[in-house]
Parts: sequence; structure tokens; C-alpha cells
Amino acid sequence: MDALIEKLKGQIIEQLNLAEVKPEEINPDSPLFGEGLGLDSIDALELIVLLEKHYGIKIQDPKDGKTIFQSLRTMAEYIKSQGKS
Amino acid sequence: MDTITSYAHIKHNQVSVNGEIIFQSYPSLSLPEFLSEAYKALGVSYPKFHKMDAQCKLGFLCTEFTLNGTSFLTENDITKTAIVLSNAASSLETDRVHQHSIDDKSNYFPSPAVFVYTLPNITIGELAIKHKITGENAFFVSEQFDAGLLVNYTETLIQSGTEASVMGWVEVDGTNFEAFIFLAEKQKYTNKNAIFKPLNKTSVITIYNQTIWTH
Amino acid sequence: MIFTSYNNIISPLGFSSQENYQAVSNSIIGVKKLKLPFSQDEFCVAKISDDKIKTHLSQITNADTHTKLEQLSILSIQDVLNQSGIHPKDNRTLLIYSTTKGNIDILENAYKNIDNKRVYLSAFAKHLQSYFQLAHTPVVLSNACISGILAIIIAKRFIEQGNYDNVLVCGGDILSEFTISGFKSFNALSNEPSKPFDANRVGINLGEAVSTILITNQKELATPYNTQIVSGSSANDANHISGPSRTGDGLFQCLTQILDKNTNDIGFISAHGTATPFNDEMESIAFDRAGLNTIPVNSLKGYYGHTLGAAGVLETVLSLESMKHQRLIKSEGFETKGVTGNITMVESHQDKIFSSFVKTASGFGGCNAAALFKKI
Repeated sequence: MDALIEKLKGQIIEQLNLAEVKPEEINPDSPLFGEGLGLDSIDALELIVLLEKHYGIKIQDPKDGKTIFQSLRTMAEYIKSQGKS
Repeated sequence: MDTITSYAHIKHNQVSVNGEIIFQSYPSLSLPEFLSEAYKALGVSYPKFHKMDAQCKLGFLCTEFTLNGTSFLTENDITKTAIVLSNAASSLETDRVHQHSIDDKSNYFPSPAVFVYTLPNITIGELAIKHKITGENAFFVSEQFDAGLLVNYTETLIQSGTEASVMGWVEVDGTNFEAFIFLAEKQKYTNKNAIFKPLNKTSVITIYNQTIWTH
Repeated sequence: MIFTSYNNIISPLGFSSQENYQAVSNSIIGVKKLKLPFSQDEFCVAKISDDKIKTHLSQITNADTHTKLEQLSILSIQDVLNQSGIHPKDNRTLLIYSTTKGNIDILENAYKNIDNKRVYLSAFAKHLQSYFQLAHTPVVLSNACISGILAIIIAKRFIEQGNYDNVLVCGGDILSEFTISGFKSFNALSNEPSKPFDANRVGINLGEAVSTILITNQKELATPYNTQIVSGSSANDANHISGPSRTGDGLFQCLTQILDKNTNDIGFISAHGTATPFNDEMESIAFDRAGLNTIPVNSLKGYYGHTLGAAGVLETVLSLESMKHQRLIKSEGFETKGVTGNITMVESHQDKIFSSFVKTASGFGGCNAAALFKKI
């Protein structure tokens, strides 16, 4: 799980152009949206693309994104649950 | 006659403010490298910058350099401040990136963060967000920098209640890029400040050609 | 005084403004589920029949030398020139072209014999200039979804400034894989005909159209509608590049700029109404804040889909027709109110005596625009 979380950190920083954020600054349990990394609605859509591109996971209903993208850990758990890590 | 109170020009990997070059980097730097260097030189922290496409970054930097050192934002009514931009390539540079992402059906990943920049007026939106400017907007596309069009249009805006206008040219097309931003304010032109110019086509062309680029 | 004059709409519902108005008043919708050349999936879009374009065009020019958008623009502008009798070569006439993506299908290699340079909007505009031998290089406006109505406002401003008597405003965009894939990645497309302001709205349908209207200071050209453009304004939310302001700030600012204290004679508001959850919600809040609660609202996106750069022009023309016939056009797709702002929808076609209307639009980049039209 930890390895997957580390990998996700790098992918998120790259995909979302978080140039001023260092991987070690991202707490796997902090919220990704709102406070946390300050991500917005376009970032939420980009995370859907990231899952499809890197893990072959298609989120059919974007509303599911809310629970999946709560934190890095929930994202990693979701990828595991889809058997795609 | 209204007044041009400040201006900046970015070209050939150099930044000029009010006609004087204030920053330059190696001519060999690519556009992304140059934009990153110029951002460091500006010395602000604005994480959204890194999410922008090249055209927005260029427009953002040129506007920051134009407004830095002016009292514009504290003295003007932002609801009566317009942003009027122009260029030749519209958003073609980012259009090509989006098109590339859908050309190959086996590697088909259109990106919302790219697609949103396939409209030239997103640059206006980014400037509006940074400075909370909520007045009139217009993005014109013309073959070359058209001082007459911008001056004429701004005059119509000032006639109908606009008090200041951030305006100019922001172009990225392949390896070619250029930004030229000037600030026009509704105030009678006087020569009390050597930088000030009367708002008319002749002075816009003069300040556009003023900088002597070093390479 | 600046007047609205002769005009044209080319869309799936017809090749003239009258045909389009007839279709809409008979509740015919242009949006259909179609297979498009680039995908196995069906998309719910408003597409103009290629055969019809060919038939209309064969009477005036060689189709092979123009892109699809150029063909449609030539047909639309020519119709307005014929009706109005104005001379394009006239030094007091300007063309303003409103588009978001212009000849974007050139990037998809759609043409063999067309110069790829015409993907540049200025080259596209120059092509129209040389076809019609226009005295002035057209002004091209590309300001997302407010382009059409903003172009009409700009036309008024340029005429008032004194440099022109007539401004032809042409707005156009075509269906392309480029825009469809982009809006799909935004999760903004509806697979069914869209439902502006409805509780069950899920997103937009894309459509293609070209619409042209002559704006003029010549009283004798005002005859089609005897209507003037009273005021127009644009404003930015300064909030987010794709999401509209939750409080409708930019649109509210436009409305306060353009409205008189007395709004009693406003017959209806032709809203942007794209049928995305956030856009329609924002508009309802802005209308509510501006005190327009009882003025009926419609969106024409249920008939035409979102025609991007054409939308503001096309919707203004149909609104003028609606005022001429003193009949409100039903907001197609609306059944149950699904926005929190306190607004009144046009739920069926209905006769009404009125003398002015408001047209609004909002778009990516946080931009908004609104204009007030009034009978003279």
C-alpha cells in the first residue's frame, strides 16, 4: 500500500502540475480537496483521467469521485479494490 | 485624452518594463524554461501559475510586470476595469496538444486541464482571478498586433463607464512568443510622469517599438 | 440609436431565420442521437445536413474551395446582404466574426485542397473578406460562449463611435471531434436532449450553426423588427476558469449595468441555459438577485444544443422573432424546476404583449454578457 501511495504522489504532482509541492509534503490521510492540496473541479476530472491512463480504471459516475478522491489513502485503497495496483 | 500609465513587453527571452529591459535569460532557453525563470525573477508565489498553459503564463507574467510598482490596484475600481487582449494564433498552441491527445484511438486521453485552455479568453480569466478584476472582457484575434483596434475599442469602453483597461497582445505559436501589455486609465494626460503617454494609436505603436532588445 | 436589422440562421432547423422560427414555434428540435464519423458511440448533437449545405451552396459558389464553416458563413452572410441590399465593399460597413474554434477541423485533416493556414482565425476571416470583397479586414472575436452576444454589443459600440454605419455580426461554430471529446472529458455532455433549468438536467448537447445579423444606425434598415439595442455589458466572475460563480456575481454585475429601474416592459429573458448543473444554477441566482423573479426565462439550447460562437447571435435573432410575433418560445426540455434561484420559466409557447427582452450568456474564463433590446 505504501509503495502505491508513494507512486500516486508522483503521478498526482505531475498530472496536476503541482510544481511547488514536494511528495513528502503530502500527507496520505489529508483531504485532497478544499484545505489539503487546494485542488479544484478540473483537478477532480484530471484524477479520473489519471486512474484510467495509469491503472485502466474507468469511473462511470463522476459522483463516485467524491469518496474515492478523499485522500491519497482512499485513492490507493480503491485502486487495490479494483485489483489494478 | 486618456493616459497610458504603465507597460511591459516580453520577447526574445527578455522582459522590458516601460521600455527598459529588467530581466533577460539565455537566448537558448525554451519557452517553458524561460517562463519558469521569469516567474522566479518576478518573485511571487502563485501555485495556479504552474497549472496554466504557456499563453496564460506569458500573459500573467507580462501583466504582473506591468502592474508591479503602480498604485493601480489600490486606486481603481476593479468592477470598472476592463481586460482586452488579442493575438494571432488564438489558443492554437494548446489546441494542438488537445488534438494530439485524441489523434490516436488506442491512446485516447483528452485532458480537461488541457481542454479548458483551448479558448484564448482563458488568459483574461486568469488575469481577472489574480487581481479580482471584474469589468468588461474581450479577446480579439488579428493577424498582427493591431494598436488601432485596441485603442478604438478601449475608447468605446471608457465612453460607457470603464475607468481603466489592462490590454495588449499575448501570443504563443510554436517556438514564437510575445506579450505586450499596457495599462490605460481614464485620466487626462499630463506629462508629469515621464512614463505616461497619451492613449492613442501613435503612442501605443511607439511604446510597442521602444525596447531595444539585446539579442 | 442603434438598430437590429436583417438576419439569417443556418442550423439543423433551417437555412433562414423564418424557417428556424417556424420550426421552433412548432416545437421541432434539432438535437438528435447520431453516430459521428470519429466514434462508435452515439452522441446527442444538433448537426446540419451535409446534403442540404451542398444544395444551397451549389447555387452560389464552388464548395471545394471553402471549409465547412466558411461554406455556412458564406450562405448566412450572403442571405443578409441580399435582404438588406447593403454593399459589403462600402467603407462604412464592418464584419465582426464571433467564433470559439473557427476552422478547427483543419487540425483533424478534414480537407485535402484547403490551405492549412486557414486554421488561423485571421486567415479564416481574410478568406471571407476576399470572398465578399469587404472594405475592412473583419474583426474576429473569440471570447468563449459569450462571443455572439458580446459581438453584437461591440458592433453597437463601434457604430456609436462613428467609424461605421453598418456592422454585420456573424457567429459560427461547427461540430468537431475536438470540442466533443473536450466537453466529454469535462463530463459535461448529456446523452439525451438537454433539459435547461430542469431538476434532471445532466449536461449540454453540442450543436452547429451560423447566424448573421446586421446592426445599423440607418433607420430605414430597422424595418424587420423596429427594435434598438438599448444597452449591453460584459463582466468577469474573477472566480474560476471553468466553474461559474456560485453567487452569479459576473452576470449580476452585467444585469445591473444594462437594466433600467423599471423592468415592467421586459417580456422575457433569453438565458444562456446550457443545462449543466452549475451554469443554470448560477444564472437562476443572478436573475433572482437582479429582482427578475417574475420575468419568464427561456433557454433555446433544448432546440439547438450549444452552438458556442453562434449561440448569442442565433438566440438574439430568435428572440427578435419572438418579440415581433408577440409570442414567447417555450424553454424546451424544462419540466420541473431544478435551480435554487427564484425564477419563472416559459413552460409553453404563449402569446404575450411586451416591448423588450434581455439576452444573456456566460462562459469559460468566467465571462458573462447581457444586452437589453427594446421596440422603438
